[in-house]
Amino acid sequence: MSAGSLPSGSQVKDPGYPTPSENYLTNSKGILSWLFTLDHKRIGVMYLIGVTVAFGVAGLLALMIRLHLFQPDGMIFKGEEANNWYNQVFTLHGAIMVFLFIIPSVPAALGNFLVPVMLGAKDVAFPRLNLCSFYLWVFGALFFVSALCASGLDTGWTFYTPYSTTTDSSVILATSGAFILGFSSIFTGLNFIVTINTMRPPGMTWFRMPLFLWATYATSIIQVLATPVLGITLLLLIAERTMHIGIFDPEYNGDPVTFQHFFWFYSHPAVYIMILPAFGIISDLISVHSHKRIFGYRFIAYSSIAIALLGFLVWGHHMFTAGMSSLTTIIFSALTFTVSVPSAIKVFNWLATMYKGSISLTTPMCYALSFIFLFTIGGLTGLHLGTLATDMHLHDTYFVVAHFHYVMVGGTLVAFLGGVFHWWPKMFGKMYSEAGGRLSALLVFAGFNLTFLPQFILGSRGMPRRYATYDPEFAALHQMSTWGSMLLGFGLLVALVVLLRSLKSGKRAPANPWGGATLEWECTSPPPFYNFERAPSVGDPYDFSDLEWDAEDERYVKVEPAREIVPEEQPEAEPVHADDSK
Amino acid sequence: MSTIEASPEVGHDEHGHDHDHPPFLAHHFDTPEQQFDSGKLGIWLFLVTEVLFFSGMFCAYAIFRALRPEVFEGCSQFLNTKLGAINTGVLLFSSLTMAWAVRCSQLEQHKGLVGTLAATLSCAMIFLGVKAIEYSHKFGMGLLPAGLFFYDPSNPHPTEHPPYLAYICAPFALALAGVLIWLVVSAVSGNKFQFAIAKPLSVVCLCFFVGVGLGTVLESGEESADHIDVHADPNGLATAPVMEQAEKTMAAEAAPAIAASGAMVAVDETVLKILAKDPANVGVVSSQNALEQQTAAAGTSTVTGDGEILGAITTTEVDVMTPTTAGVFFSIYYCMTGIHAIHILAGIGVLVWLLVRAVRQDFNRQYFGPVDYVGLYWHLVDLIWIYLFPLLYLIR
Ligand code: HEM
Ligand SMILES: [Cu+2]
Repeated sequence: MSAGSLPSGSQVKDPGYPTPSENYLTNSKGILSWLFTLDHKRIGVMYLIGVTVAFGVAGLLALMIRLHLFQPDGMIFKGEEANNWYNQVFTLHGAIMVFLFIIPSVPAALGNFLVPVMLGAKDVAFPRLNLCSFYLWVFGALFFVSALCASGLDTGWTFYTPYSTTTDSSVILATSGAFILGFSSIFTGLNFIVTINTMRPPGMTWFRMPLFLWATYATSIIQVLATPVLGITLLLLIAERTMHIGIFDPEYNGDPVTFQHFFWFYSHPAVYIMILPAFGIISDLISVHSHKRIFGYRFIAYSSIAIALLGFLVWGHHMFTAGMSSLTTIIFSALTFTVSVPSAIKVFNWLATMYKGSISLTTPMCYALSFIFLFTIGGLTGLHLGTLATDMHLHDTYFVVAHFHYVMVGGTLVAFLGGVFHWWPKMFGKMYSEAGGRLSALLVFAGFNLTFLPQFILGSRGMPRRYATYDPEFAALHQMSTWGSMLLGFGLLVALVVLLRSLKSGKRAPANPWGGATLEWECTSPPPFYNFERAPSVGDPYDFSDLEWDAEDERYVKVEPAREIVPEEQPEAEPVHADDSK
Repeated sequence: MSTIEASPEVGHDEHGHDHDHPPFLAHHFDTPEQQFDSGKLGIWLFLVTEVLFFSGMFCAYAIFRALRPEVFEGCSQFLNTKLGAINTGVLLFSSLTMAWAVRCSQLEQHKGLVGTLAATLSCAMIFLGVKAIEYSHKFGMGLLPAGLFFYDPSNPHPTEHPPYLAYICAPFALALAGVLIWLVVSAVSGNKFQFAIAKPLSVVCLCFFVGVGLGTVLESGEESADHIDVHADPNGLATAPVMEQAEKTMAAEAAPAIAASGAMVAVDETVLKILAKDPANVGVVSSQNALEQQTAAAGTSTVTGDGEILGAITTTEVDVMTPTTAGVFFSIYYCMTGIHAIHILAGIGVLVWLLVRAVRQDFNRQYFGPVDYVGLYWHLVDLIWIYLFPLLYLIR
């Protein structure tokens, strides 16, 4: 593969570079050409900027939380209102991270950019709906910001009743925001399902789709099937607060646990909205950077769908302590175990893919490796929580906090970063500093573990979550965690700087810098606004045999072996029978 | 054979863009069929989300009806079955005209398309007009969601309440006025296209008031008998007017087997009585011996039922059986029918858009997707009402 020089006499296929009038970034100018664009790539880029800003805001809130917890009696928020402030900060951190960052991060930002290109299509099926989803996202975000500016929000991101029907913080603004964001998410999912169903190019059968598309497809199914339930739940919550409809409010004989059922019926599948696209990224990253065909393609594809469906049956594991009957809890516990099987299948397939591959430790690969490590920890600790007996002890402790940060940050965020580093050259046509990128991966990995490993211990020793102060005996572990979060924050900052610097001073990216075989590497970097002149010929997305490293131009190229003229043996200059006839 | 090598490189440059690209085909689709299939799949998925959206409320309905069947049955008496039935008929008819519209668009019958779309819209408006009567009547009586519920059985029709009907009608009156002005202006200025749109639209807007009229007539027919005397008796005991009224209601709604429904009447009567916010009743409910007292008064079976429910759901609260309990029914009623009405409004919006395009003759044999998609949506909205009607109006 990285043989250095190309075999002589072979035919090299490379799309070259786009002209400025073709390049989707420059083919039309002015802010309006971006704001009203229907080009899925530009919408993807706008999402990327949006979710990054949201992540930045929520990340700063997280650092505030960690700094506050540096001391047992609280370091930042002081005085009478300290607890109140603390509640608001962790709520906004969680709500922004979940609704504004993680859910749209991979599907909306990377998915928008990649899905049509990977399909060799010109755009998603409904470009206007796509732009509409983006603006719904923006509106939802504005609602959240206005909730912040109004009287804050202190219910936690889960909006549990009855507290959320009685607190006088701005629950209505925030839930309206989440409602709108839900529609943004539904429309994105709907768009992708239709696009993948009807716009695959000739030759791309379901089992010739890149695994990222499978994952996106499974994610979209969840988005379409689960989010409406969240929508109606939040709507009922709003109605509860404005009109006291009495469905969730015990004061009017409502049942607050109904809210929990409704909420988790969406939100457990929603955690798979967060992680499935990450699985898709990792499947592609591992295969491309190991330069080896993905192991167990069908298993990975089917397990995505299995997760999507099984994920609808396990919501009760968030409510073991909410007073369900013991039979119900046992059933939910058992179902929870089944859902971890497909996740494990994926992990084993990735490991098997790397086995005997020729691994290049590029930045995306570093992120992919740390994903596998961190997600495995996160998933396995999920089993502790899914076990009834242990969950009675661990529920609502820092153990849960650590669990979901391992899957959401260690899983989704790390995969997102890996994906951004992987497709950055394609999106912006620039190569970033490899050294800087790897450094960021290392810092993120170290900082992350330092932050959240101690929280497992804290939780199992009984430190409850969502408390502004704690027993001094927990101080050492909390301080470790705070230092870790600083390191993690620094690592993320490095990643941001590396990427942004590449835009100014990065080298021009070739069409195929990593040796990927999926269709997006067959158009220029960045792609022209129409993606492909015509539907490209579709090959095997994980067949790397005809890709060669061109050391001279630092790129991979598709090589067609030198062709010999058919038939193999040249006919003799003079036919044998020539003599006879003369 | 040697052509194989050449083909990937040449001959695909100018291709695929301009040939055979009719104006209605979006640039990113290859064929009209692909565009149609995408739209169709998209709308079906959207309908799935709609069903799930409503399913949350159907769940809430199921839960609370299972918890408090007697409240649901009792409160359902306050819904006017006649109006509900009329509305069901109107919506069913509109589904017919909608399906017809799809056919017209496929056959390029442009006049017929405009006509059937306008008919569908008119039905939607009649539906809303009738709904306006139902809503304003209930608002006036204080039959509101739990927190706002102020129904007072001794004065079920308070005279001084805001003119709810006028509030609801105002936007429609404005729309009607606007369309009429538009009609006149376009007629005077000779703009045929605008006139062709304004004409059916003015009929459509008028239909709202037809619905209001229809609702008023039917509602007032019932008015005199409507729950007035029921709660006048402070003790809430089984009295003649109650029986009379209950039977009247039954008869008016042509419920079969009245004779056998003595027990049912008793149930209704108990519930209505329970709804009554008189101090005697609260006392009855809150204490055990009062409950027994009530048992003696109103028949063993029903009240034991109540007592069981009481024990099952409320352990701490004493004022369970106050009118706020009934509020849950009305909460669900307003949530479900309200969100359904919002869907009707949205449907009206897209139907108007279709109407404009139909007047412009945008649709043809190859391109009738939008009519088809809106048709599917409209059938779903209709279907949801078909479920809402029996679940809310016909449960006694
Ligand atoms: C691998 C299989 C997984 C299992 C078996 C699992 C199991 C659980 C269980 C039982 C809980 C409830 C703990 C409690 O509250 O007592 C929980 C909480 C949570 N999990 Fe997972 N989980 C898994 C994967 C994931 C993934 C992939 C994500 C997200 C990307 C995730 C996100 C969360 C979140 C956010 C919470 C906490 C919600 C809250 O109360 O605020 N989990 N998990
Ligand atoms: Cu869960």
